[in-house]
Amino acid sequence: MQGLIGKKIGMTSIFDEDGKSVPVTVIEAGPCVVTQVKTEEKDGYSALQLGYDEKREKVTTRAEKGHFKKANTTPKKKLVEFTGFPTGEYNPGEVLTVELFRPDRWVDVTGWSKGRGFQGVVKRHGFAGVGDQTHGQHNRERAPGSLGASSWPSRVFKGMRMAGRMGNQQVMAISLRVMKLIPESNLMLVKGSVPGPKGGYLIITK
Amino acid sequence: MDLMNVVEKEFAVQKEFPRFRAGDTVTVHYKIKEGNKERIQQFRGVVIQRRGSKHTETFTVRKMSGNIGVERIFPVASPFIDKIDINKHGKVRRARIFYLRKLTGKKARIKERIF
Repeated sequence: MQGLIGKKIGMTSIFDEDGKSVPVTVIEAGPCVVTQVKTEEKDGYSALQLGYDEKREKVTTRAEKGHFKKANTTPKKKLVEFTGFPTGEYNPGEVLTVELFRPDRWVDVTGWSKGRGFQGVVKRHGFAGVGDQTHGQHNRERAPGSLGASSWPSRVFKGMRMAGRMGNQQVMAISLRVMKLIPESNLMLVKGSVPGPKGGYLIITK
Repeated sequence: MDLMNVVEKEFAVQKEFPRFRAGDTVTVHYKIKEGNKERIQQFRGVVIQRRGSKHTETFTVRKMSGNIGVERIFPVASPFIDKIDINKHGKVRRARIFYLRKLTGKKARIKERIF
């Protein structure tokens, strides 16, 4: 998939050409630098490694510095590999901008969802809860109920949905419409929401 | 947040409307699409609140239709709004006059603001 690395900036709403109010997420996509070109002969697969977001020289290890020096660029915070680019046409050091995308096309956006901590089954798995506070419910309004039958199987099946840590995992929002590009500021507006907090890294693929 | 400002600038409200606030009586002329035809309809009532900022700002207009209260929320930046006429400046003490919903008849009157 061809794509770019970006950052979630925030959400707002705009009016589309029909005059309808559309919720949009503002994403800063790129500029991304080609830091390495992986080829079939050398690496066994072909891909482009892109770098995004300036990194301070001081916190960059020497090994990393060497890597970025090869591409003739400054250190970057986030590196991601993309297959799907015609690797022969790109050289290390080249810059890809948001103009890779086109308005009115669709993109997929991958990010890390916000961590919710330890959550019960109602929030985490959408269980309905008990549904009533009276009729002898005492304190189990949001309890999961039975975990399974008794003498057979005499155990709880693997993967049974229970309470636990929620969020902070990779989530992909698919087929989001690109509403507008603002190339001067490397911004793109996609319809709908996108996983993660403001300032969180995103991988936008088309 | 500076990048949000870029977006806000991009979609800044182009139209100029007269200044109005909660308590004012306004007539909103808005376009309605019927099939392919477009016509303008009016909605006259009291502004009971303005909320939001910049291109996402909205205002709520309340009117009594017969004896049923009708409220409409208009986005200020909506392309469907043709123009806004101010019929009366009202004198109210708060920015959101939801108490008006409970009042009917003579109690629901708002004093005019005189400059």
